[in-house]
Amino acid sequence: MRVTILGAGVAGLTAATELVARGVDVEIVERGPAPGAQSCSWYAGGMLAPECEADLAEPIVVELGREALAWWQKYVPQLIKRNGSIVVSAGRDRNELKRFASRTNQHQMLDQEALLALEPDLGDRFSEALYFEHEAHMDPRAALVGLTEYLKERGALFHYGAMLEDVVPGDKIIDARGLAARDCLPQLRGVRGEMLVVKCDDVQLNRPVRLAHPRFPVYIVPRGEGHFMIGATQIESERQGGISAKSMVDLINAAYAVHPAFAEAEIIETGAELRPAFPDNLPRVNWVEDRLHVNGLFRHGYLLSPACARMAADILMRSNNKAEFMDEDHNQWATA
Amino acid sequence: MISLYGVKISSRLLLGTALYPSPQIMADAVKASGTEIVTVSLRREGVQPGAGASFWRLVEGLGVKVLPNTAGCHTVKEAVTTAKMAREVFGTNWIKLELIADNDTLCPDVVALVEAARILSAEGFKVFPYCTEDLSVAERLLRAGCEVLMPWGAPIGTGLGLNNPYGLKAMRAHFDDVPLIIDAGLGAPSHAALAMEMGFDAVLLNTAVARAGDPELMANAFAKALEAGRLAFDAEPMLPNDMAAPSTPVLGKAVF
Repeated sequence: MRVTILGAGVAGLTAATELVARGVDVEIVERGPAPGAQSCSWYAGGMLAPECEADLAEPIVVELGREALAWWQKYVPQLIKRNGSIVVSAGRDRNELKRFASRTNQHQMLDQEALLALEPDLGDRFSEALYFEHEAHMDPRAALVGLTEYLKERGALFHYGAMLEDVVPGDKIIDARGLAARDCLPQLRGVRGEMLVVKCDDVQLNRPVRLAHPRFPVYIVPRGEGHFMIGATQIESERQGGISAKSMVDLINAAYAVHPAFAEAEIIETGAELRPAFPDNLPRVNWVEDRLHVNGLFRHGYLLSPACARMAADILMRSNNKAEFMDEDHNQWATA
Repeated sequence: MISLYGVKISSRLLLGTALYPSPQIMADAVKASGTEIVTVSLRREGVQPGAGASFWRLVEGLGVKVLPNTAGCHTVKEAVTTAKMAREVFGTNWIKLELIADNDTLCPDVVALVEAARILSAEGFKVFPYCTEDLSVAERLLRAGCEVLMPWGAPIGTGLGLNNPYGLKAMRAHFDDVPLIIDAGLGAPSHAALAMEMGFDAVLLNTAVARAGDPELMANAFAKALEAGRLAFDAEPMLPNDMAAPSTPVLGKAVF
């Protein structure tokens, strides 16, 4: 069987990897010139933090997200940093930390001394924090490149700057084009996310730090060599184009609340993209006409794409092509 | 039944559409609340025309009346522009007028509010002003053309409830024939019930439902609290006494 995959974002590349690992020939058709800036995957945080997501996401996100770490560990082991994540709140939002703790599992409350031991730069700023010991993170861009290399080594063909019309389609088609697939999936909408990368040598963080915040989840992910990714806004807008001044202020303010030295950081990069989402903000793996769509990963591209890839591969490898685990009428996931 | 600018409404709950985990959960909460009016922010979600269109279509799909708001506006000009944009997008001349003075308390800028209300009313808008319980400001808003007032319970998003019961009581007594909707600051259904017992016509809330662990369940809880509170108001509650008053007389009983 030969499978054509549309889209080389995280949804497309994970599906391709899962199929190649099962001995299927794949080719990937990507409208952009290279893995990267064309997809919202490029601007992700790269956190493999299913437990933290329980704060705002539905239980199925946590459940499927728990598959992610082992999957990424299998394909890009050199990129995975398994040292947990930290959640703090500003003193005046202390109840936000309590709320976060009550809605999530597998964490421990750190007192100041324990926090100092893990993150010395936070210990003198926060008297308590939540520690999710079993979570991990990785550089999402390196992960996309890593999967691309894995695929190329195993003979997968990549057509960059191309559309489906430009190639001879395989026996099956997986459509993982994100928001561009709204021509087939009219329920998709774009949810704008904005992020920054800053360089700051005066702050050392070993693991992602989230700020429990009343309006939107803000996180700071260390990317090495003094670089930090600060993300991400969540705005019900499909505006294209660069980060807004207000969002930049909000993100920098959040970073400043975590450590004042971020005020002196150098801004290396800003990014803004539209996340594809369905009305329930949950992903779908389902057939629309002759294509198997993997879409709607919303904030959870790296967390949920392994589970979606597994389901997509299961469906294609079975003789029965029905997506048995989706109840379209009720927009519900039945357990796979 | 209340009448807002001539439109008869039976639910006393107005619900915001922000901060839900997903639009689907928002839709479930709206349904569970029985609300007939939802409010939606234009500015927060889409600065440019059309940018928030997908989300707005979802809100329109709820099948209830949409009250667009000017959340996030700090100046008269911004608010007026946003109101006009809202009229285009949603095809309604209703506007919830929010003009924020200060980012830490999100308290209304009452001076700018009166000015914006005057401009918008003159242009045919039906203005729902988010205001304080200040009587002189309320008086000026009515003179500016408002026929509904929306005094705050507490600062937006705090969940503190009715922060100034004395001031709100005075406002209710002073404007006994103006629809008064408590807007912002409610955290628990008991706050909404209290507002009803005090005779307010409706409440508007968002965070208390959207950020509950189960928004749909909390929406239902608020609906029931509002119903209970309003029934209590209509039933004329007893007045409190300082001394105990036995419901059964003890005089003449063989009590030693």
